Amino acid sequence: MNRLLKNREILLVAIIVVMIAGFATRAEGFASPANLANIFNDTSILIILALGQMAVILTKSIDLSVAANLAFTGMAVAMTNAAYPDLPLALLIVLAIGIGAFLGAINGYLVWALQIPPIVVTLGTLTIYRGMAFVLSGGGWVNAHQMTPSFLNVPRLPVLGLPVLSWIAIFIVIGAWFVLTRLPFGRAAYASGGNPTAAVYAGIDIGWTKFLAFVLSGALAGLSGYLWVSRYAVAYVDIAAGFELDTVAACVIGGISIAGGIGSVAGAVLGALFLGVIKNALPVIGISPFAQMAISGIVIVLAVVFNARAEKKAGRIILRDRAVPEGSA
Amino acid sequence: MKLANKLAIGVAIAFAAMTTAASAADMKIALVVKSLGNGFFEAANKGAQEAAKELGGVQVIYTGPTSTTAEGQIEVINSLIAQGVDAIAISANDPDAVIPALKKAAQRGIKVISWDSAVAKEGRIMHLNPSSNELIGKMCLTLAKNHLEGGKGDFAILSATTTSTNQNTWIAEMKKQIKDFPGLNLATTVYGDDLADKSYREAQGLLKSQPNVKVIVAPTTVGVLAASQAVKDAGMIGKVYVTGLGLPSEMAGAIKSGATKEFAIWNPIDLGYSATQIAYHIVKGDTDAKPGSAIKAGRMGSIKIGDNGEAAMADPFVYNAKNIDEFSKIF
Repeated sequence: MNRLLKNREILLVAIIVVMIAGFATRAEGFASPANLANIFNDTSILIILALGQMAVILTKSIDLSVAANLAFTGMAVAMTNAAYPDLPLALLIVLAIGIGAFLGAINGYLVWALQIPPIVVTLGTLTIYRGMAFVLSGGGWVNAHQMTPSFLNVPRLPVLGLPVLSWIAIFIVIGAWFVLTRLPFGRAAYASGGNPTAAVYAGIDIGWTKFLAFVLSGALAGLSGYLWVSRYAVAYVDIAAGFELDTVAACVIGGISIAGGIGSVAGAVLGALFLGVIKNALPVIGISPFAQMAISGIVIVLAVVFNARAEKKAGRIILRDRAVPEGSA
Repeated sequence: MKLANKLAIGVAIAFAAMTTAASAADMKIALVVKSLGNGFFEAANKGAQEAAKELGGVQVIYTGPTSTTAEGQIEVINSLIAQGVDAIAISANDPDAVIPALKKAAQRGIKVISWDSAVAKEGRIMHLNPSSNELIGKMCLTLAKNHLEGGKGDFAILSATTTSTNQNTWIAEMKKQIKDFPGLNLATTVYGDDLADKSYREAQGLLKSQPNVKVIVAPTTVGVLAASQAVKDAGMIGKVYVTGLGLPSEMAGAIKSGATKEFAIWNPIDLGYSATQIAYHIVKGDTDAKPGSAIKAGRMGSIKIGDNGEAAMADPFVYNAKNIDEFSKIF
């Protein structure tokens, strides 16, 4: 039992279940399967972005440009769709992933080749990408009636009871798990964040690993750009403003260490779901809108505190200094 | 010296033009806009031309800078002074920067009014607002009533942020005037922060937690769009309606899907029409446009001048399936 409680993911699952049960007492039907599926679908985009963010954070970096990347890519594909309605959707999705990966590669290159701290690079590209979205659109909107029906409807199509958007998130979760635990890149990401010096001695190219992590994060942000625009049926410059902080919060709640090297895919997914449950609960449980922001902030801090305490590890002494007997110093 | 020369020549030419032209009595009203090539102002020009035709003997000069700068408008005003127009109706890029130029125009007997975007008090005779907070509040309630069967039932407001000044003013107006709409009940007010995802979630929450709410009123474009999408995704089209304030180009999709039957925003055509009408009557000397007076503006009825010489044109214009296609191309 004690061991179970120390497992971060299980603890987080327990917290989420308790939360859902608590909300269900205030809002009827909150815990119904249909509503839970709804919440998962609503959180899909955050899950996808959080997984990209996680890969970056594992390498001891951070990507603050994901939301701006999403906005630019979303605008670009929406405008392409409006201008050339005959282009097949698959091509547009590939385009979105490509643009996103390219923008991520710019981040990665600056971090890798120029050795600029990631927070500075992505803080810069955050404004650049959003600015580019403005330049691209001239401040205009792409509205629902300009987009093609397939562009708007594919992520909503129900397949086996869940919309395509949810399935995309599920596949990406599985994919991320595979990449991070079964491929050399994943091991390199953990190693280069956990102990960079040891990673270099082990023959891992830290810069290249970071670059790949940024490309991955960018590609997922690009895909999310399309998903976001189709979900809310509108593209404008300010879409997903501030969403990069949500992705970082999801990772932190999920137990991904901001110092790099620690964290699991399940943690990131649960962190995102935690936020998703709160976001979906607040409008229905009848809390004053003036208190909502403060409440969600408090809950997040509490979750992190809880999580951090559970994870606390005693420092391990590998080599004892025989000259100084224990307790005498 | 150079400027004075230019002006003298300009006046001379204008004078010559006025005396030689066959329709010497033609009144020239200049409609100065923030920038050319903007659909909103093109539509205003359409209204101005309509007013000119109706009034007869009026020539509307539609002009403005190519970019939305006060400097560009000052140049335009100077050239209009040179052309000897009778009135200037301006939507200003800057309330103060254009004043010296407009004062110069006023000294030469040109009647100056502002519309849409105001000029500070000393630079114009009166200002025409597209609408007023009171009228907007009333319009939102009327829209809610029109979507409800028998005009009775619950509605909810989906606003932007809790601190947004214009939103809060409009909501306060709605609460004040709701007694004029018996049977209409405001269930709750929620805030979507003008973010698509939060507004969408708040609308979804309303659908779940307030089953009595049959109409969501969103006096903000992002809100009205997100709520329409949420209603559509929840399969509640026909059961719950969304309405509010939005631009026709942005709302066309929501009208097509049936989530929104009608919504409102000021009509630029009416605005150009009214501005021209007012300018005409001021030039004719029918009115001094002092606070408290009323000016007849053709089909728009009588427009009252309030404090500070500001007037509100009319209710926001209502858009629905019948006229959305026409207007979504304009703005």
